[in-house]
Amino acid sequence: MLNISGLKEGIVLDHIQAGKSLDIYYHLGLDKLECQVAIIKNAKSSKMGRKDIIKIEGALDTLDLKVLGYIDHNITVNIIKDDQIVEKKTLKLPKKITNVIHCKNPRCITSIEQELPHVFYLSDAAAETYRCLYCEEKYGK
Amino acid sequence: MRHLLNPLDFSVEETGRLLDLAVDIEHHLPEYAHVCDGKKIATLFYEPSTRTRLSFEAAMLNLGGSVLGFSSAASSSAAKGESVADTIRMISCYADICAMRHPKEGAPLVASLHSSIPVINAGDGGHQHPTQTLTDLMTIRSLLGRLNHMTVGLCGDLKFGRTVHSLINALVRYGDVKFVLISPPELRIPEYIREDVLLANHVEFEEVDNLDEAMPDLDILYMTRVQRERFFNEEDYIRLKDCYILDKAKMKLAKENMFVLHPLPRVNEISVEVDDDPRAAYFRQVQYGVYVRMALIMTLLEVEKSC
Repeated sequence: MLNISGLKEGIVLDHIQAGKSLDIYYHLGLDKLECQVAIIKNAKSSKMGRKDIIKIEGALDTLDLKVLGYIDHNITVNIIKDDQIVEKKTLKLPKKITNVIHCKNPRCITSIEQELPHVFYLSDAAAETYRCLYCEEKYGK
Repeated sequence: MRHLLNPLDFSVEETGRLLDLAVDIEHHLPEYAHVCDGKKIATLFYEPSTRTRLSFEAAMLNLGGSVLGFSSAASSSAAKGESVADTIRMISCYADICAMRHPKEGAPLVASLHSSIPVINAGDGGHQHPTQTLTDLMTIRSLLGRLNHMTVGLCGDLKFGRTVHSLINALVRYGDVKFVLISPPELRIPEYIREDVLLANHVEFEEVDNLDEAMPDLDILYMTRVQRERFFNEEDYIRLKDCYILDKAKMKLAKENMFVLHPLPRVNEISVEVDDDPRAAYFRQVQYGVYVRMALIMTLLEVEKSC
């Protein structure tokens, strides 16, 4: 059993699909933070078999839950204060995401106007389909 | 302030009112000659178009207004690298309404986000062409007297043909419309039209590649041109450009009261020998296009005919 020290104050992202923790690390911009981050890969899980976990010290205000909801809305977000879980946040698929993913359609206006934000909207929640706001091209995860 | 970017921006009721206004304009044209006195339309055409640009300009001139604009990206500040957002901010100071055609999909939407005047999408890449759709709806309603209970054949380039996508989007709202989608496999409708529009709305449709076999069932045949400018590969264009040619022999297979529409310009897909057939409605469609754009300009500018 691998031991990782507990968090006094911070965030624990639990129930990450095994192998996806590094994607999330970069999507959330954790590589740019100064705080301690622990990535646990392939932890045993009764619910998932194997799962990844990310522990982030401090940084309570810097986490973009919309981005996290887009990447995997099944992740559990535990807010830790004074060594206790004070809040469990459930994630939802965001209705709109900006500058998280980029449109790949060469005919889209974003292909020639670099300063435009890349905005995607949720067009089908059941199928978890996102489309580019401008050209309506579907984004394949 | 409203824009028209997508054929679904207007509800069925609003579209109905707009088509009613267009019909009134058709029958009482002189009464509308001054409703836009002092108003200006900017036609911002970043790619060549004769028909649509002149149709917008004729519409505004018929209403007593005036026109300004450009007819290619080369003659605009886009050639200097100006963004769509900056161009529309500038145009908003010059004109009361604008019609934009752009080769890139979503450009009119970008314009609408930064505009203080109504923006009309006059065609964006292979995406949408809502004023052609309004023209098509008016033509079909005038010819058949209805927008439902019919079988519509769409033939040619269904992949890049934005008029086809817009028309399907609009017609599914009227119910009881069956579509026969006639194209080579390479030019079939995009998956988002098939899944999100046809399948999602439980619309009856079939995808075929034989025009002759489809002809007898159709109430409307909507022909389209295979567009050279939509292909990245010239070889593919050459191979597919003449895949369907409507001629007299094919017209014999159709109903007596079937009508042929085409957004124009045509190249080879409709033989000139069909032009004299009373069922060839594509030139009447052009005239309807002016009336419907007049009605649209009036609606977006919120002007009315004086009593």
